[in-house]
Amino acid sequence: MHVRCVRAGLKGWGGVGAMAVVCALALAFVLLLPTARSSGDGSTGTGGPGFATATHAKDTTCEGPEKQTLAPSGADGPTITAIKNRQGEKRKLIVGVDLNSYRWGYRDPNRADAELEGFDIDLVRRIAQDILGDPEAVQFKAIPTNQRIPAIQDGRVDMVVRTMTITCDRADKVAFSAPYFKTGQTVLAPKSSRISGYNDTLADKKVCTAAGSTAYLKLKKDRDTGAMPASVDIIPPVPNQLDCLVRLQLGEADAVVNDGALAASQAAQDPTVGLKGKAFTTEYYGVAMNKKADDLVRRVNQILVEYRANGWQASYDRWLSATLGQDASASKPPAPQYLRTS
Amino acid sequence: MTHPPKSSAAPPGTGVPTMPAVPPQPGPPTVPGPPTAHATPPPPPPHRRTAFAEGVDRLRAAATTEPGRLRIIGALLALLVVAFGSVTAWQMTDRAAAADDVLHKSQPLSTAAADIYRSLADANTAASSGFLAGGQETPESRQRYEKDIDTAAAKLVTAANNSDPGSPSAASITKLNKLLPEYKGLVERARTYNRQGFPVGGAYLRYANEKMQDDMLPEAEKLYTKENQRLADDYADATPYPWPAIALGVLTLAALAWAQHRNYRRTHRVLNHGLVSATAAATVVLLWLVVGHSVARAGLNDSYDHGVRSLNVLHDARIASLKARGNENLTLVARGAETVKVGDATLDAYDHDFTEDMAVLGKGLAQAEKLADDQTGEKPVTAAVGNMEEWKKRHATAREEDDNGNYQQALAKVIGAKGATGECFDSVDDNLAIALKHEQSEFKTAAGDGLDALGGLPLGAAVLAVLGAAGAVLGIGRRLSEYR
Repeated sequence: MHVRCVRAGLKGWGGVGAMAVVCALALAFVLLLPTARSSGDGSTGTGGPGFATATHAKDTTCEGPEKQTLAPSGADGPTITAIKNRQGEKRKLIVGVDLNSYRWGYRDPNRADAELEGFDIDLVRRIAQDILGDPEAVQFKAIPTNQRIPAIQDGRVDMVVRTMTITCDRADKVAFSAPYFKTGQTVLAPKSSRISGYNDTLADKKVCTAAGSTAYLKLKKDRDTGAMPASVDIIPPVPNQLDCLVRLQLGEADAVVNDGALAASQAAQDPTVGLKGKAFTTEYYGVAMNKKADDLVRRVNQILVEYRANGWQASYDRWLSATLGQDASASKPPAPQYLRTS
Repeated sequence: MTHPPKSSAAPPGTGVPTMPAVPPQPGPPTVPGPPTAHATPPPPPPHRRTAFAEGVDRLRAAATTEPGRLRIIGALLALLVVAFGSVTAWQMTDRAAAADDVLHKSQPLSTAAADIYRSLADANTAASSGFLAGGQETPESRQRYEKDIDTAAAKLVTAANNSDPGSPSAASITKLNKLLPEYKGLVERARTYNRQGFPVGGAYLRYANEKMQDDMLPEAEKLYTKENQRLADDYADATPYPWPAIALGVLTLAALAWAQHRNYRRTHRVLNHGLVSATAAATVVLLWLVVGHSVARAGLNDSYDHGVRSLNVLHDARIASLKARGNENLTLVARGAETVKVGDATLDAYDHDFTEDMAVLGKGLAQAEKLADDQTGEKPVTAAVGNMEEWKKRHATAREEDDNGNYQQALAKVIGAKGATGECFDSVDDNLAIALKHEQSEFKTAAGDGLDALGGLPLGAAVLAVLGAAGAVLGIGRRLSEYR
């Protein structure tokens, strides 16, 4: 009897002991899991999904992407007919633009109305005038740099006129018009800075670029291939190139890599920063449209033929001569070539 | 009546009085066969015994004689009364402190935290409205922004004063205190550039907005949640019944009744003054305890049901309306830059958030209407519901304009002077402020009543317990003296 009691007691204690062990294990799990999970999150914290895919996209090498466009034509096709068939208030061209590019596409905060203005906006009005017969028949949509291609692919906009460089990668996803502006990547830094251009002086410096921009892709590639020092610190890309000027002024970046045309716009807003060195690439801006909208591409090319002859120079003088110089020859697009046939 | 000579039970050779220092202890006797008065034992074994064993012996010996028993009973009664008094005083001090915290510390802090969140979000909304209006912002929007920043700064000081050093709340307050001037600096830069006509002003505003949305508002929300938790904890400490005190009180009264009954059986005397006064004191303490706590509990529960719950719902509704207004503005600032996929449809991200915020607001207002228990509380909420419906209607027409590409008209319908959604938002906000003020005063009255019901109880219980214990000792002493 006594023995049995002891045994039962032991059994009871065994159960308690087992439960204590289970509790301790559970507690350990609860305590350890959050740290494990948070470290997992931390590793992917800085890189967003948006530009991660951009960097891993295949590096298409094609000859002169700015020449891969369709021959001009003024004929209406299905895309243009659909735009023209929009009814009433909706009979407008839907265009993706930027609100933050000084003298390209921006809203002067001191204007009583909320009209957008700039070099890109002039071109948009010209296209709307030609297709819909009214330069005001435009619905502007603000598009962040890395949303330009998805916005076209999803059909949220008819076209993007937003200082968009024609590249081979992008030409795979959207259709470009003939070039309407020539520029190149440059470095922007405080005038007092020792940075002298796109070279070794950027070593150990914090460099700001816009997410999904050609500047970001080029700098990242050059750093990975060793063309630029490995110590160049590319800070997390910002949604808009103008956000780089903010980071520069706040001391969160030492330099900005950007299209020369936009860098000049930034310098125009702050007299203490300036362009450093010469442009180290040659790039062309084009109007981007949907891959399937052949008639629209041809029509825009037709409009550009006329615009280059009449309108382009006036718009340049009005918006850009103050920042890019009286002489427009460095910015003039080359004579267009139409090598794309389908 | 015969009684044995006194002190006959005392073991020989000790001068210690038989009044026991400890109540009888259960436990196995350590010595076999305790000596009794009648037995003439052989000389005890020479080994030394423990003091405890001696005490038990003496107690057993005392229990065999009536004066001894009386002494034990008296001691036990006094001990019970004192224990009852001190447990009552201790438990009620705790509850009174918690109730005081509810009224004077945690609830004001929870309100301060809600105010911090509200004024920060409102400042951000005012700043973005100012930006939408262009470089020349109206004096009203400027004033609103400045007032919000001042409120946030002042409430942060209140919160800092009431938070415990090293607590998570203190860390949140420190962080907010650090971020507030940073935020203000960014907005001032945005203003300067806006006046010069440079779009980088808008970039600064976006950066300020990002800081607010990603760092400051989550921190303020954390603070609000924590302070609400603290409030709930204080309620949980203040309202439960003090069962140990009540049980001890009942036990004490039962013991006193038994002692008096025993006294009556032995002496046929009905009243023993000392014991009666002890009983009276214990009864008063027990009644005071039960009634006082019930009243306090009722007051506190009332302050929770009709004050805190309404306040929480109203604060949440106000925050939802602020978020909705902020998103309505951002829809126009961003102009379709951000989208979300819902099912097959691609929607504007800010407009989607606006719809969700309005749903939260509608739910909150419905709940607040249900919780409102009087006309004064219900009226502003009903008015806010009307404002919200009008807001939704106007918002729909503004969205239609924007979707048709009439940005200027859409802007006028959102931040314009007349007939804009801004009017509706302001009305919702004003009405919710009125409702909040009403519920706050309801809370204060109810919780104040509750706290008052506990006033003096701990001290009273202590004093009465001492008196009761004295009564019990005196009463028993009176009986004892008859044996001298």
